[in-house]
Parts: sequence; C-alpha cells; structure tokens
Amino acid sequence: MNDMRFVERQVTTTTEIKFAARNVNVFYGDAQAIHDVSVDIEDKTVTAFIGPSGCGKSTFLRCLNRMNDTIPICRVEGDIRLDGEDIYDRRVDPVQLRARVGMVFQKPNPFPKSIYDNVAYGPRIHGLAASKAELDEIVERALRRGALWDEVKDRLDAPGTGLSGGQQQRLCIARAVATEPEVLLMDEPCSALDPIATAQVEELIDELRERYSVVIVTHSMQQAARVSQKTAFFHLGHLVEFGETGQIFTNPEDPRTESYITGRIG
Amino acid sequence: MPVAGLHPRAGKRGANMTTILAVLVLLAALAAFVLGRQRAVQLAGSTPSALHSRPAYHGAFGLLVVLLSGWGALILVASISAWHVEQALMDQIARAAPGTEIIERQLILSDARALAAGRVASSTDELRQQVAARYASLVTIWGWVQMGVVLGVTALAFGWSLRRIALDWRARNRTEAIVKAILAVTAAVAVLTTIGIVLSLIFETVSFFGNIGWRVDKFLFGTTWSPLSGISAGRIDPDKVGVVPLFAGTLMVTFIAMAVAVPIGLFAAIYLSDFAGPRARAVAKPMLELLAGIPTVVYGFFAAITVAPLLRDGGGALGLSIASESALVAGLVMGVMIIPFISSLSDDVINAVPQALRDGSYALGATRAETVTKVVLPAALPGIVSAGLLGFSRAVGETMIVVMAAGQGANLTANPLEAVTTVTVQIVMLITGDTEATIAAGPAFSLGFTLFVITLLMNVAAQKLVARYREIYD
Ligand SMILES: Nc1ncnc2c1ncn2[C@@H]1O[C@H](COP(=O)(O)OP(=O)(O)OP(=O)(O)O)[C@@H](O)[C@H]1O
Ligand SMILES: [Mg+2]
Repeated sequence: MNDMRFVERQVTTTTEIKFAARNVNVFYGDAQAIHDVSVDIEDKTVTAFIGPSGCGKSTFLRCLNRMNDTIPICRVEGDIRLDGEDIYDRRVDPVQLRARVGMVFQKPNPFPKSIYDNVAYGPRIHGLAASKAELDEIVERALRRGALWDEVKDRLDAPGTGLSGGQQQRLCIARAVATEPEVLLMDEPCSALDPIATAQVEELIDELRERYSVVIVTHSMQQAARVSQKTAFFHLGHLVEFGETGQIFTNPEDPRTESYITGRIG
Repeated sequence: MPVAGLHPRAGKRGANMTTILAVLVLLAALAAFVLGRQRAVQLAGSTPSALHSRPAYHGAFGLLVVLLSGWGALILVASISAWHVEQALMDQIARAAPGTEIIERQLILSDARALAAGRVASSTDELRQQVAARYASLVTIWGWVQMGVVLGVTALAFGWSLRRIALDWRARNRTEAIVKAILAVTAAVAVLTTIGIVLSLIFETVSFFGNIGWRVDKFLFGTTWSPLSGISAGRIDPDKVGVVPLFAGTLMVTFIAMAVAVPIGLFAAIYLSDFAGPRARAVAKPMLELLAGIPTVVYGFFAAITVAPLLRDGGGALGLSIASESALVAGLVMGVMIIPFISSLSDDVINAVPQALRDGSYALGATRAETVTKVVLPAALPGIVSAGLLGFSRAVGETMIVVMAAGQGANLTANPLEAVTTVTVQIVMLITGDTEATIAAGPAFSLGFTLFVITLLMNVAAQKLVARYREIYD
C-alpha cells in the first residue's frame, strides 16, 4: 500500500530517485530495530527523519552508507539501491560507497589533528587535490560552507579538538562536504549548536540541496519544517508516514504522526 | 627427649597460648559487633532515624575497638616478656659462667630453649639444664600475665564500647576515623619501605664511592669491570670498576629485545583491536596474556638450552660463528618475554581511542588501514610510546634470562653474536659469589642504584606521556 503512494508521487515529480530502499529490516543481535521500511530519497532534496527517541532513525540512516557494517552484531536485510545499484551487493566496496555518501554524526568527532588536517583528511585519502594550493582551496571552500572559515582562518594549525562544541560540529560538517559527496547524511547535526550556528547550518543545507541529496535526522519539528521538502516519520522501528513536508505537518494521515507533531507522543 | 623436672614443650605452649588469646580477642570483637548493633537497634526502637549513626556503625566501632586494644595488648605483653626473659637468662648465664664470649652465651641460651621445648640441643650440661628450667618457669609466669592483661583489656574495651552506645553517639565518625588511620598506616608502610630501600641504596653507593676515592668518573666511564680482583689488598681499585661494558651489554640486549617486542607487540595489538573478529580476539588475547604469566626463569633456560644451540647451529650453517652465550640469544628471548607487555598495554590505549573517531574516518570513505594509520595510531601514540618505555625498563632490569643466556665476562663489544654481560648479571655474581657480602655489597649497591635511577627516569617519562594522553580524551 505504501508503494502505491510512491508510484503516484513519482508521476507528479520530475526529480530522480537517489536512494530506493525496499523492505529493509535491521537487527541488533536478536532485537529488531527496523521493521520492513521502504522509502525513496530523491536527489536535490532535503529529506527529514523525525520520530521519538529510539525509534530507529539513526539506525536506518546508517544503513544508507553501510556504517552499520562496523557494528558486529548488526544485520541488515532488504534492498537499498543508490542510483539503481544495490549497495549491499557483494561487489560494492563500502569504502567507495562512503566516499559518495558522507555523514555527519550527532556528537562532534573531530580527529585529534589540526583544523586544516581534519578538513583535508578526506580529500587526501581520495586524492582529490593535485597540489598543495588546490588542497588549500578545497579546505577553505569546505570551511566556508561549514560557516566556520571566518572563525578559524587565522589558526588552521590549531587542534580541531580545541574548538567549542558548536565549532567542532561545523568542522565535522566541513570535513564531510570537503570530499564532495553526492548524498550527505546528517544525524542531529544541530543538537550541540546555538541558534546562530544552527541557522548557518540550515543555510548550508539549503545550499547543498542545489547539487546534492541531504538526509537529516532531527528532533526539532521547526527545523524539519524549515529545511526539508520531504519528511519521514518513524515510530518503534516502523516508517509510519512519508510525504511532502508541508502535507505531513499540516495534514498528516496517520494519527500517530499527528500526536507526535503536536507533542503528544515521544 | 623430655628432661625430668621441666615442663615439656614450654616454648611451644607459649606460642599456642598466644594463638588462643588472639582468637579469643577476635571472638570478643565479633560479639561486640553483634551486641553493639543490637543495642543500637533497641535504643532506636521504632524510629531508626533517631540514631545519629546506623546500627552497623555502632557494631563496627565496638569490633574495631575490641580488636585493636586486645591485639595491641597481646603484642605489647609478648614483646615485653620476650625482652625480659632474654635479659633474665643472659644475666643468669653471665653469673654462672663469667668470662665467656657473648656468642657462646647466646649458644647456651638457644640450647636451653631447645631443651625446654623438648628439642635436641647441641649439648646438655648442668648450666643448660638450669637455664632451661628457669626459662620454663619464666615462660609460664609470663603466660599467665599475658592472659590476664589481654583478657582484662579486651573486657574493658568490650564494656566501654557497649556503654558508649547512645542515640547521639557519633559511632560512624569514630569508625571512619579509625579505618582512615588503619589505611594511613598501611600506606605509610609502603612509602616508608620505598624510602628505606632508596636511602640504603644511596648510602651504600656513597660509601662505595668513598672506597674508590670518589673517582666517580672512573666508575661511570671506565671500561674495565673487575671490582673484586684486588680485594685481598683490602682496597677496591678505581681502575677496575668501570661500568661501561656492563651498560653497553645491557643496552645491546635491551635493544635487541625491543627490536623484537615493539613491532610484534604493536602489530599484534593493532590486529586484535581493529582487524580481528570477536572470535579471534577471544582466543588470541588470553593467549598473549598467558605469555606474560610464564616465569622468567623458564624463559631463561629456554634461551640457554633451546634457542642458543639452535642459533649456533643455524649460524654455523650460514658461516656465522655465534657464541653459545650471546647478546642475540638473550635479546631474542627477552623480546618474546616483553611482547605481552607491549601488546596488552598498546591494546588498552588503542581501544581507548573512541569509536566515534573511527566512525568519523570510515564515514569519509577511509579504509581500515587508513583509519588505523592516520587516526587511531596518532591518537594512541603517547600511550604506545609509554608502553614501549615500560617494556624498556622491564628489559633493563630483567635478570634471569641474561644470567643464563648472555654471559658473565665483562666484554666490551659491538658484536651481538658474542657473549656480553649486563648490570643485573654482575649484581647476581657479586652477591652469590664467594666474596664476603659486606665487600661485594659496595659495587652491587652502586650498580643497583644506577639501574634504579635509569628505570625511574623511564617510568616517570612514561607516566608523563600517559597523563598527557589522558588529558586529550577526558
Ligand atoms: N549498537 C547497538 N547495539 C544494540 N542496539 C542498538 C545499537 N544501536 C541502537 N540500538 C537499538 O536500536 C534501536 C534504535 O536506535 P537508534 O539509535 O536508531 O534510535 P534513534 O531513533 O536514532 O534515537 P535517538 O533519537 O535517541 O538518537 C534502539 O532500541 C536502540 O536501543
Ligand atoms: Mg539517533
């Protein structure tokens, strides 16, 4: 029944599908964290994942760049395609996949290296810069897009771990965009940021949308409404509702969605 | 063979008495705990909060007071009685046999004790019999005194601690104060022992330097080590106490050991923490730790009996002549011994690198190898260096392996295939050799002191590094 709706929507929109997930189940050992989720994530679109704590938003997000591979007890079933290619196929190298699908974590995790080296880490391992000047350029562009450049341009050699929490998170965003991913997954990127930095990150997300697909997990309804075009509501490991953000927030179909948005569950 | 007119086994009975008293005091203390707690509960009645301290503290206070005063009295009386018995008997012997040497009087006394206890004495004569009889009677008297004093003190402490119990009696604070004092005493024992050892090292070293006419330069930079060769003349020749060959040997063995242990230990740790699956880890980690449990003496004869001939034959096949005792053999085996230190310490620091950092690296499309070399190892480096330093100071102080496998002659060489000697080997030889301990002690202590200083500096450096490492992640 869910699938029927997707078909309808595809007719009305012209954007192409970036990620197509079908019947995804995720288990941690014997405990099932995601139940039969199917969703399409469009290119050049911001998709928001909302839902109460523990409902599996992070888990599902981590399926999209196979970060769950690093958790030994985690098992993913189902079919997830990026540009039509099954990312859980044997031939797909998760390392290459993650170069295309970047990720920003809930808790800032800068490397204990200089600010410059933090941002240059990805471009260096993927050989994106032919010269030092080119690398400098990439680092500066990434820091500007992370809304951090003005604050750190005089101390690029200072350790990234010495920045404030909000600055660290913007550094991590800059680090993720420096590799020019096609999709950026953001797990509550603003939970440690003040309103000004949050606004800057939201602006960045909006800007990224022109070229990439962005998936953002957030606990802020306002943020979801501000930055996203599509919203997915998760509850207890199920995808309860998925659709246009405006529709979800003004006229949700499922009563659970409505109670969550109006603050009655979660 | 019990002697007529003596209490058989008087000494033994004294010892038994002490044990019985100690147990009695313990029982009284336990009773004080139970009764004290009960009394407090009764006092509180239906409002437990009326008590300043919980009932268990009232009990614990009684227990500690009874135990400490009872055992204290026991130890006090026992030492006074031992002192008094010795004095009285020595007086008696001196009066009966004037003009004997002290050492002979002590022999008489110990014979008399043996007789009184019903053991075999070196000889039995009139005097010894008399002394034995006096000894037995003194012990009996003191036994009664001891019993009276200890039981009296215990009873007093018992009664006092129970009488103190009241609603507002601060039993918890008192108990905590007593416990704190006990802890402080144990800590003081450890600290004082360390200070004592260091002071005696320093003292002996200084007096040794005095013996060589303060030629510390010859000690530190001389190249001949044969400290006991001129000892018959009564003086130590400053030209023969050069430690350079010993430290050169120690360093060579240590470096060979580190060259084996650091790469293997570190790579094993990296494999275990970042590459091995849970199953491989569950098997390999305990195995490595088992390696740390092998006594070094086993490594030592393994080196001397198994590895040395193997290397010699193998070297012979390649046209190398490897001595049966060599720096290489000792270093290799010592390296194997140190692997578990390096690997388990490194494993700890590598595991302490937060998973979030690894995730950050993987999420940028880094491979495992890139993540390990570019993120994990740099983050863990201070800890790894300190693991290396700890391994180094272990190797420098290691004795058994080098005693059996490195050699004894102070031979200054840069060839690892020849026999060398180490500081620790020379200390062993000095102390276990035929030369009288008081003379051999000088060079041994100064070697020990030098070694101690080196190890200390290493450990301080290692701890500094670890502390800095902690700052980054806490
Ligand atoms: N590493 C793990 N091992 C075992 N169970 C896990 C693990 N990670 C998550 N889970 C479980 O999976 C379920 C979903 O967790 P997840 O982190 O995806 O929730 P979330 O929606 O992101 O919550 P939050 O909003 O609090 O971040 C939870 O029940 C959680 O306990
Ligand atoms: Mg989450």
